[in-house]
Amino acid sequence: MGAGFDLLISHPRRRLTAQRRMLIMPVSMTDQENDKIDLKAIATRARAELDAAADETALETWRVAQLGRKGVVTSVLRRLVDLPIEERRRLGAEANALKGELEAALESKREALAGERLAATMTEGALDVTLPGRAKRIGRLHPVTQTLREMTEIFTSMGFAVIEGPEVESDYYNFQALRIPLDHPARDMQDTLYIDYQRDGVYPYMLRTHTSPNQVRFMEQHSPPIRVIVPGRCYRNEATDPQREWMFSQIELLAVDEGISMADLKGTLFEFAKRMFGQERKVRFRCDYFPFVEPGVDMAIDCFLCGGKGCRTCREGGWIEILGAGMVHPQILQNMGYDTDRYTGFAAGIGAERICLLQHGIEDIRSFYSNDVRFLEQF
Amino acid sequence: MRVSLKWLAEYVDVTLSPEELGHRLTMAGLELETIDRVGGEWDEELITVGRVVAVEPHPNADRLVLATVDYGGEAPQTVVCGAPNVEAEQKIAFARAGATLIDGRSGKPSILKPAKIRGVESAGMVCSEKELGLSGEHEGILVLAEDAPVGTPLAAYLGDAILNLDLTPNRPDWMSMLGVAREVAALTGAEVREPEHTYADQDESAPAKVAVEIADPDLCSRYVAAVIEGVRLGPSPQWLQERLIAGGMRPINNVVDITNYVMLELGQPLHAFDFGTVKDAKIIVRRARAGERLVTLDGEERALTDDMLVIADAEKPLALAGVMGGADSEVTDTTTMILLESATFHAANVRRTAAKLRSRTEASTRFEKGLSPELAMVAAQRATKLLVELAGGSALHGQVDCYPTPANDVQIDVTRRRLLQVLGIDLPTSTVRATLTSLGFSCRWVPPELYQVRVPYWRTDVAIADDVAEEVARIVGYDRIPTKNLGGEVPSAIAQPRRELREQLRDSCVAAGMQEVITYSLTTLELLERVLSPEQLASQPPLKVAHTLSAEYEYLRPTLWASVLKTAAANLRHHEGELALFEASRVYLPQGDELPQEQEHIVGVVTGRREDRWGRPSDEAVDFYDAKGYAQAALGAAGLNATFEDAERFALLPGRTAQLAADGRIVGVVGQVHPTVAAAFDIGQDVYLFELVVDELLPSMGAERAFESIFRFPPVIQDLALVVDRGLAAERVRAAIEEHELVRRVRIFDVYEGAGISPDKKSLALSVTYQSPDRTLTTEEVAKAQASIVKQLRQELSAELRG
Repeated sequence: MGAGFDLLISHPRRRLTAQRRMLIMPVSMTDQENDKIDLKAIATRARAELDAAADETALETWRVAQLGRKGVVTSVLRRLVDLPIEERRRLGAEANALKGELEAALESKREALAGERLAATMTEGALDVTLPGRAKRIGRLHPVTQTLREMTEIFTSMGFAVIEGPEVESDYYNFQALRIPLDHPARDMQDTLYIDYQRDGVYPYMLRTHTSPNQVRFMEQHSPPIRVIVPGRCYRNEATDPQREWMFSQIELLAVDEGISMADLKGTLFEFAKRMFGQERKVRFRCDYFPFVEPGVDMAIDCFLCGGKGCRTCREGGWIEILGAGMVHPQILQNMGYDTDRYTGFAAGIGAERICLLQHGIEDIRSFYSNDVRFLEQF
Repeated sequence: MRVSLKWLAEYVDVTLSPEELGHRLTMAGLELETIDRVGGEWDEELITVGRVVAVEPHPNADRLVLATVDYGGEAPQTVVCGAPNVEAEQKIAFARAGATLIDGRSGKPSILKPAKIRGVESAGMVCSEKELGLSGEHEGILVLAEDAPVGTPLAAYLGDAILNLDLTPNRPDWMSMLGVAREVAALTGAEVREPEHTYADQDESAPAKVAVEIADPDLCSRYVAAVIEGVRLGPSPQWLQERLIAGGMRPINNVVDITNYVMLELGQPLHAFDFGTVKDAKIIVRRARAGERLVTLDGEERALTDDMLVIADAEKPLALAGVMGGADSEVTDTTTMILLESATFHAANVRRTAAKLRSRTEASTRFEKGLSPELAMVAAQRATKLLVELAGGSALHGQVDCYPTPANDVQIDVTRRRLLQVLGIDLPTSTVRATLTSLGFSCRWVPPELYQVRVPYWRTDVAIADDVAEEVARIVGYDRIPTKNLGGEVPSAIAQPRRELREQLRDSCVAAGMQEVITYSLTTLELLERVLSPEQLASQPPLKVAHTLSAEYEYLRPTLWASVLKTAAANLRHHEGELALFEASRVYLPQGDELPQEQEHIVGVVTGRREDRWGRPSDEAVDFYDAKGYAQAALGAAGLNATFEDAERFALLPGRTAQLAADGRIVGVVGQVHPTVAAAFDIGQDVYLFELVVDELLPSMGAERAFESIFRFPPVIQDLALVVDRGLAAERVRAAIEEHELVRRVRIFDVYEGAGISPDKKSLALSVTYQSPDRTLTTEEVAKAQASIVKQLRQELSAELRG
C-alpha cells in the first residue's frame, strides 16, 4: 500500500445506485420523432433488441431505453394525451399490453441469462475437487494430555472432582503420612529423586514418586463423603525401558464414604477400563502391596502387542500394569480423625502413559517425551 | 526370589504346571516374572545318568582317556574324554549320538555326532555343565551324586523349573522356600511338610560354654547361639550345592553353605563364627563405638559409627549385625568348633547400616523386612541338625537363648461385619475359617459375629482386622469380589481456577495451530545458562536433585524456555515450514527452606517459513508478529487481554521484545530469541518465543464474561491516514482514538514508511468505527468527532493527517 488517503472517504454504499444510473444513457430516442405511433414496429424492434442483449448490463440498457422514464414505451403512453379519445383508448390498451409483455419478456430473458451463467459456471468453472484444500495449520494436544483428559472425563462423569497438588513434596506427605517411615523397605518400591538439600542428615524434599500424597493433603482439609481425582506428574529415579519412564503422569483416585468396599473399587476400575479400552481387553485384578492400602490391588491389561504371550513391551509378562489400588488403610483414615468404624475408602494411582501405550499400540513409552513432531502429529 | 520347584517339592506336593502355579501365586501377591527351565531341552532318551565303569588311557593321546560308561542300555559304551576329573565309579551325565548339546567352543546348540578322535571311535559324551547349558563351566565333567540312578533320563533327575518371583517388601516369610510352600499349600489345598530340626546332642550344654549379652536390646530382640564341635570343613553334598545354585547362591564350604541353605529354606539369616576367635567365649551385642573398624568378609575395612549394631566379643567387633560377618572370625579350614548365631535384629537399623555401607546382602534384605524372633530358634535348631549330619559336627546341648522380652502371640478379633464392609462380599464362615487355617492362622468362630484369629509367628505383617480380610480375599481370589457402581451422595464440586485457566490456555494454543510438547522437568545447568542471566542464576539458583541417573536430568527448571527451544532445535533437523510448539508445565522457584513455588507457565516457540496454499514452505519467514499473534490468540480465546510494551529480557533480542501486562502485572513476554542464544541451541534461523505466566494471569480472569449487547444503530466506518514519529507506538495512537466517546473500535490496518514520507516518520492507516448505542449518528456528528480527534492527536502525539 502507500497510495494516499486523501482525507475522509465516506463509505459510498448508498450512492452507488445513483452513480450507476447516471452511467446508463437512453438510446433509441429517434423513435420519439415519429408522429405516427407504430406499436407493432416498436414491439418488433424492442423484441429484437432484447434478444440481442447478452448480459446484465445490456439488459439494463434495454430496460431503460424501452421501459425507463424516458423510454420508448413510456413516451408512447405519455404522448397518448394528445390523441383523440377513441384512439387514445385503443392505443392506450395496446401500449399497456405491450408494456406488460415487454416486462415479462425482460424477466424471462433475465432468468435465461442467469441460467446460462450458472450453466457456464458448472461446465467451464468446474473444479478439480481432488486438489487438496487450502492448507490450514492444525494444532494438537500431546497424546498424554489427550489420554489424561479422557481419563479425567470418565472419572468426573462418575462424580469425582479434580484437584491438583505439588510436584515437589515433603518426605512427610510422600512417604511418612502414607505409612512409609524412614528406613522402611517399601521405599525401595519407589526409587526417589531427592532434592539436594539436607536437614538433620536427611533429605526432607523430593520429587513426588506418586500422586498419593494428595490423599492425605485432601483429607486433612475435607470430611467424607470424598470423591476426588488428582492428575499430576510423578518422578522416579529409575532406569528407563519400553514400559518405564522416570517422569510419568498419574491420576490418583480417592473415595471415602460410608459403605465403600472393594466391590466399589473393583466396579469403578472395571468401568474405567471398559470405557477406556472397550470390552475386548482382558483385565487382571490381583493382590499387591502398598503400605497405605489394605487390601492392596494391582490391575493390569493384557498386552496389545503380543496378546498376552510375552514380548519386549510387556517385559515378557503378557500384562501391562496400569494401576495400583486398594482400600485406604484404616490407620490413615484414623490419622485424619475419621471414624473408621463408619467410613471406609478406596484409592488408586493410575499411570497415564501406559494407558496411552495401550490405546494407540505404541511400543516404547520413551517416545512420549522425545517430542518428535512426526510422532506427535499422529494423535 | 528364585524358587526351584524340585526343591519346593520337599515341602509341598505340586500338581500344577509351573505356568499355572506361577499364575496362582501372581494373583495371590507373589508376582511371577520369569520361569527358568533347567534341562527342558534335554532329550529324555539320549541323555541319561551314567556310571563310569572304567577309565583307560587313550592309545594315541596323553591328554585324553577312554571312559567306558554304563548308561542303562544293553551294553556300556566307550567314549573319548578329555576332562581331567573323570574317574571310575563316578555318576555322570551321558549323552549319546543324536542328542542336542551346547557346543563347548561355540556356545551354540549342536547335535552330537559319532566321531573318530585320534583314531578311536567315540559315539557319545560325558557332559560338562556348559554342554548341558547349566553354566559356563567347561573345565571338567559334571559329577552327579553317588546315589544318582543309572539309566534315568537326566531331565527327570536333574531337570527343574525355577520361578523368579518379584516379592513385596511386607512379606519376609516369602523370601524362603518354606514360606512359598505355605502359600502353595493354601492355594492348592495341599499339606505343608515342615523340615526336621531334631538331632542328637552332647551332654555338655551350650550355655556352659558361651555367654551372650544383649547390651542394646532396642536393636536386637533375640539372640540364639548354638555351639557345634568337631566340624570338618569341606564341600557340601551335591544336592545341597545344587539347591544353593538353584536359589542363586554360590557354594563355599559345608558350614557356610548350611547357614545359607537354612536362610533360603526358612528365611532366617544365620552366621557361623570360628569359636576360637571369640575372645573369652563371650558374645556382646552392642552399638559400635565411634572410631571402631571392622574388616568384613568381603575384605573391606569398614569405619563404624555409633548407630550401627555389632556382634562383639569382650574386645572387639566380630561382625556387623544382620549385614555381614567379619574376616577375623570367619570359619576356615582349621576351624573345628563353631558358634552359630541365629538372631533377630531391628529392621530399620539393619537397613540403615546396610545402606550406609552400601552393602545390601541376602541377610540384610531379610532382616530389614522384620523377622519374627520365634524364627530364630527354629532356624538355629535346623542349622545345628544339618551341621551335625552334613559337616560331621557334634552339637552341645541346647542353645544360649537371650530373649529379653518375648513377644506375645498376635490375636485379632475380626467381625463378619468388617469383612463385609471391607471386601463387599459376605463369605461363608466355613470359607473364612478354612482359608485362614490353610495359611497357618488359627481361627475360632464365635457366633454370631466374631472370628478370633491367632496369627502364626512368621506373619509379622498381619496386625489388624483388614490385614486378615486381605488374607481371606487373596486366597479365595479377588475374582470372587463382586463389582458395584459407586453409590451414595456425590460431593460438591471444588473450584480449581488455576487448573481451569491453564487448560483453557492449552486448548487455545492448540486452536491457534500450535503443537503441544511435554518435556522433562529436570534439565542441565548448561541449558539453563543459555536462557537465564548469570545474575538470575546467582540470585535464585535452581534446585538440584541429590542422586540422579543421568547428568542430563539434574536441575529442576525455573523456566521452560530451554526445554522448548531444545525440542524445537531437535525437530528442525527434519521439519520444513513453520514450526510452532508450546508447552504448558510447571516451573520450580526455590523458596529457601520451604517447598519451592510451583508456577504454571506456557511457553511457545515459533520458527521457520510460513506455508503456502499447498502447505509447502513459502519464501516468507515467520516473524515477531506470528509469535505475538499466537500469544494474543491464546489469551483472547481464554477471554483475556494484555498490553504489549517494549522490554528487555535476557536471551531475547532488544528492540524485538515486548512484555505483556494485564491489570498492572507482568503476565508474560514475547520476542525474538537472540541469535547467539539460538545458535547455542543449534538453531541457525530466526526463532521467536512467548511465555505466559498462568499464575499472574489468574487475577485478571473475570468472574464471568459480561455480555455486551449488539448495538441496534448502524455504525459509520471511516478510514484515517496519519503521519506520526517513527518511534511512536502505534498502540498509543490507536488507544487515544478509541477513547473518544463516539468511537466504538479502532483497528490498525497498515503501516507505511518510505517514499513520500519523511525518513523519521511513518504513516498509520486506521479504520475507525463510530457507533452510538442510542441513535443513528449524523454525518455532522461524525465529522465533528473526527475533527476533534485529529486535533487532539496533533497536540498530544504530533500526528498529522496524511495529505
